[in-house]
Amino acid sequence: MKVESKEPLFRISKRGAMARGKAWGIRLIAVALSLVVCAFIIFAIVKMNPLKVYGAMFEGAFSTSKRTWVTIRDTMMLLCIAVGLAPAFKMKFWNIGAEGQILMGGIAAAACMIYIGNKLPLVPMLLVMAICSLIAGGIWGLIPGLFKAKWNTNETLFTLMMNYIAIQITSFFVAKWENPFGSNTVGIINARNQAGWFPSLFGQAYALNVIIVMLLAVGMYLYLNYSKQGYEIAVVGESENTARYAAIDVKKVIVRTMGISGALCGIAGFIAVAGASHTISTSTAGGRGFTAIIVCWLAKFNSFVMVLIAALLVFFEKGAIEIASRYNLNDYVSNMITGIILFFILGSEFFINYKVKIRGSKEETK
Amino acid sequence: MGQLIALIQAAVVFGTVIMFGAVGEIVTEKAGNLNLGVPGIMYLGGICGLMGAFYYEMANPEPSAFMCILIAMLCAFLASMAGGLIFSFLTITLRANQNVTGLTLTIFAGGFANFFGGSLNKLAGGVGQINVAATSAAFRKTPAFFANMGDVGVLLSAFGFMVYLALIIAILMNWFLNKTSVGLNLRAVGESPATADAAGINVTRYKYLATCIGAGISGLGGLYYVMDYTKGTWDSDGGIERLGWLAVALVIFTTWKPKRSIWGSYLFGMLFWLYFYIPGLTRSSQEIFKMLPYLVTVIVLIVVSMRRSRDDQPPAHLGLPYFREER
Amino acid sequence: MSQLETNKAVQMVNITKTFGSLVANDKVCLDIHKGEILSLLGENGSGKTTLMNMLSGIYLPDSGQIFVDGKEVSIASPRDAFNLRIGMIHQHFKLVPVLTAAENIILGLNENRLVDLKTVAARVKEICDRYGFVVEPYKKVYDMSVSEKQTLEIVKVLYRGADILILDEPTAVLTPQETNMLFDVMRNMKADGKSIVIITHKLHEVMEISDRVAVLRKGHYIGDIATCDTNPQQLTDMMVGRAVSLNIDRPEPENIRECLVVKDLTVLDVDGVKKLDKVSFTAYGGEILGIAGISGSGQKELLEAIAGLQIVEPGSSMMYTAKESDKAVELAGCNSMDIKKMGVRSAFVPEDRLGMGLVGSMSIPDNMMLRTYGNGRSIFTDRKAPKGMAEKVVEELQVMTPGLSAPVRRMSGGNIQKVLVGREIAANPSLLMTAYAVRGLDINTSYTIYHLLNEQKKQGVAVMYVGEDLDVLLELCDRILVLCAGKVSGIVDGRTAKKEEVGLLMTHLGQEAEA
Repeated sequence: MKVESKEPLFRISKRGAMARGKAWGIRLIAVALSLVVCAFIIFAIVKMNPLKVYGAMFEGAFSTSKRTWVTIRDTMMLLCIAVGLAPAFKMKFWNIGAEGQILMGGIAAAACMIYIGNKLPLVPMLLVMAICSLIAGGIWGLIPGLFKAKWNTNETLFTLMMNYIAIQITSFFVAKWENPFGSNTVGIINARNQAGWFPSLFGQAYALNVIIVMLLAVGMYLYLNYSKQGYEIAVVGESENTARYAAIDVKKVIVRTMGISGALCGIAGFIAVAGASHTISTSTAGGRGFTAIIVCWLAKFNSFVMVLIAALLVFFEKGAIEIASRYNLNDYVSNMITGIILFFILGSEFFINYKVKIRGSKEETK
Repeated sequence: MGQLIALIQAAVVFGTVIMFGAVGEIVTEKAGNLNLGVPGIMYLGGICGLMGAFYYEMANPEPSAFMCILIAMLCAFLASMAGGLIFSFLTITLRANQNVTGLTLTIFAGGFANFFGGSLNKLAGGVGQINVAATSAAFRKTPAFFANMGDVGVLLSAFGFMVYLALIIAILMNWFLNKTSVGLNLRAVGESPATADAAGINVTRYKYLATCIGAGISGLGGLYYVMDYTKGTWDSDGGIERLGWLAVALVIFTTWKPKRSIWGSYLFGMLFWLYFYIPGLTRSSQEIFKMLPYLVTVIVLIVVSMRRSRDDQPPAHLGLPYFREER
Repeated sequence: MSQLETNKAVQMVNITKTFGSLVANDKVCLDIHKGEILSLLGENGSGKTTLMNMLSGIYLPDSGQIFVDGKEVSIASPRDAFNLRIGMIHQHFKLVPVLTAAENIILGLNENRLVDLKTVAARVKEICDRYGFVVEPYKKVYDMSVSEKQTLEIVKVLYRGADILILDEPTAVLTPQETNMLFDVMRNMKADGKSIVIITHKLHEVMEISDRVAVLRKGHYIGDIATCDTNPQQLTDMMVGRAVSLNIDRPEPENIRECLVVKDLTVLDVDGVKKLDKVSFTAYGGEILGIAGISGSGQKELLEAIAGLQIVEPGSSMMYTAKESDKAVELAGCNSMDIKKMGVRSAFVPEDRLGMGLVGSMSIPDNMMLRTYGNGRSIFTDRKAPKGMAEKVVEELQVMTPGLSAPVRRMSGGNIQKVLVGREIAANPSLLMTAYAVRGLDINTSYTIYHLLNEQKKQGVAVMYVGEDLDVLLELCDRILVLCAGKVSGIVDGRTAKKEEVGLLMTHLGQEAEA
């Protein structure tokens, strides 16, 4: 019987605090590495000079004013969802159901446009739409929240299933509102009178998107960091024991926060329908509910960091689509690129939180 | 009778896709890893199986059925395992959050698969859509030996071999988890890694292996979808992703028991196709019916959390990272 | 190798283990003889469990040697310990609840490729018959009582062929009858040639079961003695040491008034085990009531019950009277939210600082408002007052911090504690409860805290001080309530009580001596 102790090759220990600058340095290195990998992959596929790849990507995102505005619009969309998810995630409530909450909000907005589109002036019309979307998304968030509070039902899987229920509901309405008949799409709603569409402000079609989302982002920052409810969310997310010690009603906070989270995702649906596509389909959310989770998580629920990450991801998405279209390839390549960048950023967090020591020479002399 | 048989057949084909996905995910989750990358892994299995077959068929004008199957399965299994490996490395070694990593994997693999699915033929200098007719035919070849058993025979012999393979894997995994020492250890890792560690089980190795092998099995679901469901072509309407999430739902539905995934997956298939056989539905009300599998899963989830039966709970350490206590 | 040493199953030589700045074991030497029952005696934090964890492969010693059967070994994992035939039964059971007894026993063994529960059951029965256990091999662990789980742990270790068994406070969770059964089994195992180490601080058990006693105090090895040559008094002296004069200020209580009258307070834990059993006492405003006891005797539950964080059993009563009023209110049956709404001003410094008292990821000012954030009408939190309070606490208690905005988690334990105590005192309470308020603090800070508590006492606050250092309790407190296994085993006067007296009450011997 031989017993030997073996020091592991790597000793991992938790780091104390890392200076903020150094932490961001590590994240930047991760993004840079991911760019190298992406360029390599693009080179392998289309044999394009990697340096030119970046140029082409930049052109894809910003070469014309229209493109720039589409990039901004999509950044705002992603940001809006991430802002909506922030309170839930800060509470450590895994709301994977943004897709569904967006769709419910989108359906509500589309329904308003279709049924009362030309009966109200624009401003009250938009307000009614926003409120309907808010309520629809809020309900979709409240349901799993209620069950979590009452029976501790697993929210990750519950919200996930709610997505698909929402998708089927969307399909139902798409089939119902089909236009023209047989196309299996709703088509552009109110194409003629543009009722319920976001108006152009300062000559920009998407200025209102920016205004609404930035207001929400700043509002969420204030809510999470300065309001009493935000304080409660932070305490519940950290430790339920502490929350009870501080006489916080944990169940109430869970339900309320999920209602808010769902409602804001519903607003994202409203913006997607009224402010961007002017139609509704099962791809109105288009996976952004999932991407936004990662945006929100990586930004540690800080609205302003979310802007950066969302912009970065949308930039790469647009750039990848540009390259794909130049080579007549399909634009799913952008999801692939997004995935790679996120893998690297996720992995980099380890090096921010842990120290790695390689087995020292001391042991080897034994 | 004919209608019922048709419904059952449709349900079995549908169910087989998610049975692979669910059984693989059960193995993963039994080790305590909640891999939300299942749809992505099924994408990887589907596209890489398709690519393997595509290049083989391109290189050989007269492909042999056996080689077609072998290459496609090998490519699918290995690619899916690679997906599982990425997940394992990020969550186990680099301690990234499991949910976020899984979702990222789904985003990445969805992009990867749909990109190559749509562009592969073009990249290879061809025109139009990718198509692997020979391989798909090999996958869809039905066994003959049930032929003279009347209606039952018709029903039993209507499927390609992967339908039977899924059944075998589900039963095998059930046996593995419940009857073997390694399976016992694996369950302990997902329930209480600290206990398993104290009992001398290498928690990290078990988690890696379970996640990678589980991913390999899940990926076969994607392959079956491509070869049988869409007959050797690629459609980028997100069908695999939808079924992938349904596989995650099925894991909950079975309360983490592979055995239950057999009837559970067929039941999901029936629920999904039910609208087709109910007369008088409009196109829109059909969509409401397609919601049934998800609705049923939500109900199961709620009932399980209300009943708190100790035997139906998820592995106690599911989704949580494990590091040996360092003081 | 001399004749004498072959009698030794294990020798631990000059073992040192530190956790950060805390020296848990300082050059400890311990021998375990073959075929003996050795008691390892010591107060909480004396390093008993740490020492044994190094034998069972949980920790590696920083320095020192371990010999098993005369050969030097290095035990890096529990598996190494099994291979050396050493098995430890931890205080927190290492069992998988959803598996059966037999499955838990063979976990990780991989004896056969297939699980053969029948053979396992037969072998388990053999072990049970030999030593007098009862284990149902097909019963799920979640259906088992605490004592069944413990039996299962012992059988598990024996199944793996252990010759040296270490039991960490095995009787803490057992009833007297179950304890007797365990002792019978231990005697059977000893007769079978096994060495057994029992970690405990219950003196009567030491006297009853062991052949030899080894005593640790504050990480140091004090000595060993044959059980037949000693008595509880001598062991207590060895365990707690001589009384040390600390010169803590103790003003005479003035204007005493009833603040909290507790009657028949009973609390069960999730498994239905009684953590508090009909506890009755009165805490007076203007005095410090010390609460002594071996850790886990119900101190945590007592304070949490008063704070509304435990569910109390029917029949319990806790009447609270505020400083400037004479109307008593019932706290039993209220949760923390109700208590807050009733306007009860009870301050509470819980034992778990970052898990309950503070939010680790928040700054000092944010933590200052944990209990008061809801005050006022505004939907926003008031940030000025907490900031001022934070600055005051930092200055008055000399908190070392990288900056007011840094998360409190980054500070050292002592500074974290200062922030917590500072906040609770600043709330101007009528009742102040502290659990291990000076644990981990340096001498100067400890005196600062004592001073703060005395100040509160002078202002008529009822102070409840849960402590572990008897010297401090005896010099700081006006009265000392001693808890033992969830019951009040005595309330003594802090000015006249002897250290030994309190020590005996803590270990149940007081009652037995009276009886």
